[in-house]
Amino acid sequence: MESIIEQLINGLRSGSIYALIALGYTMVYGIAKMINFAHGDIIMVGAYSLYVFIARLKMPVVPAVIFTILVCAIIGVVIEKVAYKPLRKAPPLAVLITAIGVSYLLQNLAQLIFTANPITFKSIINLKAVKIAGITIPGITLVTLVVTFICMAALTLFINKTKAGSAMRAVSEDKAAAQLMGINVNRTISMTFAIGSALAAVAGIIFICQFQSVEPTLGALPGIKAFVAAVLGGIGSVPGAMLGGLLLGVIESVSKAYISTQLADAIVFGVLVIVLLVKPSGLLGKNSIEKV
Amino acid sequence: MRKLFKRVVSLGLLGTLAVASLAACGTKNNSSGAGGDDTASGDGTFLIGGLGPLTGAAASYGISVKQGAEIAIQEINDAGGVKAGDQTLKLVLQFEDDEADGDTAMAAYNTLMDKGIQALLGTVTSGAGLAISDQTSADGILQITPSGSAADLTKNPNAFRLCFTDPLQGQTMAKYAVETLGNKKVAIIYNNADDYSTGVADAFESEVKALGGEIVAKEAFVTDAVDFNTQLTSIKGTDAQIVFAPVYYQDAAYITTQASELGITLPFIGSDGWDGVIDKVVDTKVLEGAVFLSPFLATDSDSAVQAFVGKYKEKYNATPDQFAADGYDTVYVIKAAIEKAGKTSSADLIKAMTEIEVKGLTGTVTFNADGEPNKGAKFVEIKGGEYTAKTVE
Repeated sequence: MESIIEQLINGLRSGSIYALIALGYTMVYGIAKMINFAHGDIIMVGAYSLYVFIARLKMPVVPAVIFTILVCAIIGVVIEKVAYKPLRKAPPLAVLITAIGVSYLLQNLAQLIFTANPITFKSIINLKAVKIAGITIPGITLVTLVVTFICMAALTLFINKTKAGSAMRAVSEDKAAAQLMGINVNRTISMTFAIGSALAAVAGIIFICQFQSVEPTLGALPGIKAFVAAVLGGIGSVPGAMLGGLLLGVIESVSKAYISTQLADAIVFGVLVIVLLVKPSGLLGKNSIEKV
Repeated sequence: MRKLFKRVVSLGLLGTLAVASLAACGTKNNSSGAGGDDTASGDGTFLIGGLGPLTGAAASYGISVKQGAEIAIQEINDAGGVKAGDQTLKLVLQFEDDEADGDTAMAAYNTLMDKGIQALLGTVTSGAGLAISDQTSADGILQITPSGSAADLTKNPNAFRLCFTDPLQGQTMAKYAVETLGNKKVAIIYNNADDYSTGVADAFESEVKALGGEIVAKEAFVTDAVDFNTQLTSIKGTDAQIVFAPVYYQDAAYITTQASELGITLPFIGSDGWDGVIDKVVDTKVLEGAVFLSPFLATDSDSAVQAFVGKYKEKYNATPDQFAADGYDTVYVIKAAIEKAGKTSSADLIKAMTEIEVKGLTGTVTFNADGEPNKGAKFVEIKGGEYTAKTVE
């Protein structure tokens, strides 16, 4: 029994990272109608930034974390301005390929600067494991869950309660109409990229603290899984990304523990296929009719 | 850490460059000395071909083997060379990069054959070796792999191996866990997408069962995995007394760190892939007491080992690993085979291989007709953040 609960907690922990990244995918898709495949690599940028600030520049933890989030937010905005904005009127395929190009660019830049060798990094979170009724929860897991919850709550409030959030929702509904209503579409899109990348930075910080090692390709696999999570939850839907991420983590953990490690990924993607067959827009996605 | 790595790489490159230029000089002298004679042995040298990855993901293995072999060659030549019958030969190493890839290995092997190599030291990795083994057999050249552990590498009569095979490692560790430590309930965590890890794990499992032990958990992961929490939680839920992890050092670092976070206090044992794990963990406490097999330990107090470590540090400014020791020993094996045969033809050398005994850095070794080595295992225990030699009855 304890074992099952511990496995569920393991699932929530990896699911939290997927959810944080999936939020970026889903928000960008909602607003810019594009899949930003470079998003997964932003968590790698976040992980390396934290490593540089803490291990190289010897900064204290709090400013290092803030700077890391800032760096990622700025890089997210710059990528949008340089790589995606000129292509806003181009066919979707061109944007998709550009995104893949940006992803490789980031990975290879990291490899050039830091070499392909994994670098060890001492976690900045040193919380003792908590024991409740025979269940051990490692400190890092607790922090992961709490941080993810705070990020999700803050994002939900931001989108639903603030003016900027309303602008984001308006742009995602109808770009042209939003512009007519006096919303600065370009600034809203930049803001979306900044928020998405900041969340990815948080995911990167948690990732590096969990695994205490950084390498240039660390964002690739979580990025793909988070994309699946976003589609599972309904791409474009913010609560969908949260649900999709957590669900994906739990399914993965449980199938690894009780079915087969090798089949775990197949099961995860199998679940995605089934959900999409039954409900093509994802779990919480809106059914919209596209005019052709 | 990164600084150190960078330094090692740059020195390695520098060393390679220096050797390359030296080798170039050597070749020039050869051709002028031999005056168009196409047999390399005509001018008092014996040309050893080396094959291993000098670039790519496995480059550190190839570079280590090459550097270890160069030290052995220098020692032998400084001491006068190798006596083959009534003539004395100087050893020359021509090392080619195979990128640990089958096709590249084939091309590199052909290049070596064109240069007239008389024995092949290689390949360093199993995959590349399997790709060329039939060709080397057809050519009838003496081939000794310093570090390739796949069983099929020695299937041809011309091929020999210096290192342990995967199954032998698994059996040795099983005996250690069950007989020496008396643990009946054993958990395994291994990479089921990797031949090495699977090979060692399977041999370990059957040996544990044969010795009356029980495998209470056999958890798998796949290459490049970083999250082992699920598998470790499953192991934690069993009544295992010890965990066997036949994995490479990076995986071992993740596994031991995460196990410690989950509150697992079981002892860990591993295979020779663990060599290098200390540099990969943040806190060496998570490794305390772990035991693994390694043919070579740089901190071994043995005088031959210390002499080698000293020379290696002086020449390459790095601490030699097991691959460097394998390369070094392989050169001495070739030397012993030449001296035993008294001739330099591969057929004679191959015949001499089963009759020699070489006391090397990785233990005293003899070879059987299957091309497999016979040597003792060395256990390494991690104590106080250091690798220490461990004697096991």
